[in-house]
Amino acid sequence: MAHSRTAASEVTRRVTVLRPVSVGVNIPKLEAADKVTGRALYLDDLAVPGVLHGRTVRSTVARGRILGIHFDPAFDWSGFTIVDHRDVPGENIVALIVGDQPILASDQIRHADEPVVLLAHADAERVEAGVRAVRIDVEPLEPVLTMEDALAAGTRLYGEDNIFKHISIERGDLAAGFAAADLIVEGEYRCGHQEQLYIENNAMLAERTAEGGVSVRGSLQCPFYVHKALMHAFALPAEKVRVVQTVTGGGFGGKEDYPSIIAAHAALLAWKSGKPVKIVYDRAEDLAATTKRHPSWSRIRAGVKRDGTLLALEHEVVMDGGAYVTLSPVVLSRGAIHAGGPYRWGSSRIHARVVATNTPPNGAFRGFGAPQTLFAIECHMDRIAAALGLDPVELRRRNAVRVGDITPTGQTLRESVGAHEVLERCAKRSRWSEKRARFARENAAAAVAERAGRIAKSARRVRKGIGFALIYHGSGFTGSGEVKLASRAAVDLTPEGRPRVLAASTEIGQGTVTLFSQIVGEALGVPAAFVLVQQPDTDCVPDSGPTVASRTCMVVGGLLDECAREIRAKLELFAEDSWADAAGFTRVARRFLKARGPLRVEHGYKRPPEIVWDDDRYQGDAYGCFGYAAIAVEVEVDLDTAETKVVHVTTSQDVGKAIHPVMCAGQIEGGTLQGLGWALLEEVRWKDGRVWNNNLTNYIIPPSADTPPMDVDLVEMPYSRGPYGAKGVGEMPMDAPAPAVLAAIEQATGCVLSEIPATPERVLRAMLRGRA
Amino acid sequence: MGERIAVRLTVNGKAHRVHTPPLKRLLDVLREDLRLTGTKEGCGEGECGACTVLLDGRTVNSCLVPAVHADGAKVVTVEGLGKGGALTKLQKAFVELGGAQCGICTPGMLMSAAALIKAAKGRVPSDPEVREALAGNLCRCTGYQRIVDAVRAAASKPAARKVARKRPPARKRVPARAAR
Repeated sequence: MAHSRTAASEVTRRVTVLRPVSVGVNIPKLEAADKVTGRALYLDDLAVPGVLHGRTVRSTVARGRILGIHFDPAFDWSGFTIVDHRDVPGENIVALIVGDQPILASDQIRHADEPVVLLAHADAERVEAGVRAVRIDVEPLEPVLTMEDALAAGTRLYGEDNIFKHISIERGDLAAGFAAADLIVEGEYRCGHQEQLYIENNAMLAERTAEGGVSVRGSLQCPFYVHKALMHAFALPAEKVRVVQTVTGGGFGGKEDYPSIIAAHAALLAWKSGKPVKIVYDRAEDLAATTKRHPSWSRIRAGVKRDGTLLALEHEVVMDGGAYVTLSPVVLSRGAIHAGGPYRWGSSRIHARVVATNTPPNGAFRGFGAPQTLFAIECHMDRIAAALGLDPVELRRRNAVRVGDITPTGQTLRESVGAHEVLERCAKRSRWSEKRARFARENAAAAVAERAGRIAKSARRVRKGIGFALIYHGSGFTGSGEVKLASRAAVDLTPEGRPRVLAASTEIGQGTVTLFSQIVGEALGVPAAFVLVQQPDTDCVPDSGPTVASRTCMVVGGLLDECAREIRAKLELFAEDSWADAAGFTRVARRFLKARGPLRVEHGYKRPPEIVWDDDRYQGDAYGCFGYAAIAVEVEVDLDTAETKVVHVTTSQDVGKAIHPVMCAGQIEGGTLQGLGWALLEEVRWKDGRVWNNNLTNYIIPPSADTPPMDVDLVEMPYSRGPYGAKGVGEMPMDAPAPAVLAAIEQATGCVLSEIPATPERVLRAMLRGRA
Repeated sequence: MGERIAVRLTVNGKAHRVHTPPLKRLLDVLREDLRLTGTKEGCGEGECGACTVLLDGRTVNSCLVPAVHADGAKVVTVEGLGKGGALTKLQKAFVELGGAQCGICTPGMLMSAAALIKAAKGRVPSDPEVREALAGNLCRCTGYQRIVDAVRAAASKPAARKVARKRPPARKRVPARAAR
């Protein structure tokens, strides 16, 4: 009897200890309450007594030698703080990868809108007038403004050949592959610049601290990148530099590296004036001066068999890095690794170069080089399908990777390979076959009716099309990147007995606070809303690496999961019991703190033994795993105005595990729209190396009225090393839309485009060419 | 900074009198003079809609409205949406359905959405209607789908929502042990 009673009470306890479940559940977004009430304070919302307004005086030419700086003697310079390169206490270099970019130009101008002089004044209007009263005298030199000119190396901007980085990835016997091919298909593809266009412009606030250091708050993605840059610029030890992220109104990569420059500028003005200094860019300055997506130019040669088997791939890609190295080598690397698409190639040679030009440096933008090469290879898959007379989805189906297949870097895909799953689900959900056939019939019938004059003169001549794309996207840093980063994250207990996340990962809209709270809350058996998340502050969080590369949930979330599990084990061991809710957790936590003192558990990234990468040969496991996505885009093209309207989007994306399905789908929808904008609308226009459409009237991003309904299908093929199976999400949706848009336009118009954005001008030119 | 004039305006139900250059932007009057920083600036040229407020019940880009133009007007900003710290149905829908990501466009987006819901007088606007009504508010994060969903959910009749939320009739509870 006694025995059975014990068993019964155990059963009862197990039943009552119902743990709050939050992973996989759409809890209300924790960051959002302050954002919908206006309480969230972005940098420009902070009220700082005695603050000075900082402004940047920039070069107006793309290349030249600085002869002198002229301050208008008629202007009243009282109350101004003026900074130039001589005021940099440490090295006049933006510390990132290669130290070639000055914080303030001293002698050479290497791109238009390069920062030369900084001004600060208590009156925002006076400082604005001050900028107009400074003249930079420059002896202009002939600039290099295109990738072609850079490659010709007539003018040397960098090294012997103007090449920042060169990557070659070879696998298999290429010559034999081409020799065995029934058909060789060649093509050339181009993409332009794209602006991240976060709606909150770049903004920083710097102060000189009483301890002789600098403290910076601002809109940024990577607190420790800024921290490192400031240590170098001011020759200060780590503990004298503090960087705190404020609520950030979007990043998309645009606040990965450039904030280091603005932080240094604001800090230099604060250092010299002894007063807090705020630098808030306006839209024109942000668009003209800050980083953008690298333009690219791909040439592809593919050898295929008649049944669609892919035997040989040669993909040569050139990207425009702009005037300084910045992140270009890493962008190129991701682009090169993705250049084969999610397909089995018998053999491949990928040759990638990023060149120097006299344009503002290009940098990180969602996808980080992969959207460019995936655009090219996906367009090329459609060319191959057309050449073989195969349905584009069928060609992809015959070649898409499965578990056990090998990528161009020689990586064997061991697990979590969702290529076929997303392809089949997207094809079915979008009713691909039926629509592809119906649009072809309807377009043909409309053409016949128009020729026969059976259509009213005033009727719009509209054609329909549907296009398909399949991509994969490596999650986390490339190759040995995660090993070098050696990210750390921690969970501790506050004196009140609440769990607190300590990580440098920033919330920039994607829901970091909610995700981390869900992961830690789940592991600790408390509701997500009970978990506190420390605002990233280099004084009190460990370096979790940058908030980039779709790594926040998978890598840092994984570390936090480990930390939380260890905390739970420690507390359970101490209490010899568990807890049912937040109140129970707090009771145990407080008893622990009283008896044992503070509790903080920190974990660092450890390379899984099976992941091996050779950086010299560019061979091995480029990523722990890949996410996979398929998209079907339907368009209508007006044959008279050449305008393309996207009517509907269906996409299936393998994310491993959606920790928060609503936020996950939100990432996919947002990324997809950025991809549609890149494909159709967004074009940075240049004149003499300067952006001339640096305003929202002429640089157009999609508004709601031009955005189609999106059907997002979350596919979950769990990754054994991600928390609950999660893989990267953020960047992947950017890769797929553009090639699918061009394929849809091709079905609608019969014209093959190979360059984006497919503006009405480009579509019209293609249609006129087709008619000639 | 030149001549100043007195401008009287009611913001979120509260009367204010500010001395300001007549051409100072309403956006700056709100943010600087009244310290209502919920209204954001995204472009300063009336393209992005982040600074949208209601001026006598109509949506305006406050970066394009000179202070003198707001004299005698009733202005509502995002801070004036909820009452006593409670979220409105619209704000709640944005939080629950994923309508806010980075949040910088959200205040302006909410003002345009509130104006649409008011104009719809209890009718739930269609998906394309919402997209058209919000076309002046740019969002770079969401792809708009969840904003449209949130606005439509908030516009649905409270009665209908109550019905939907009503619990199903209580089932007879059978103790698990007894059943065994």
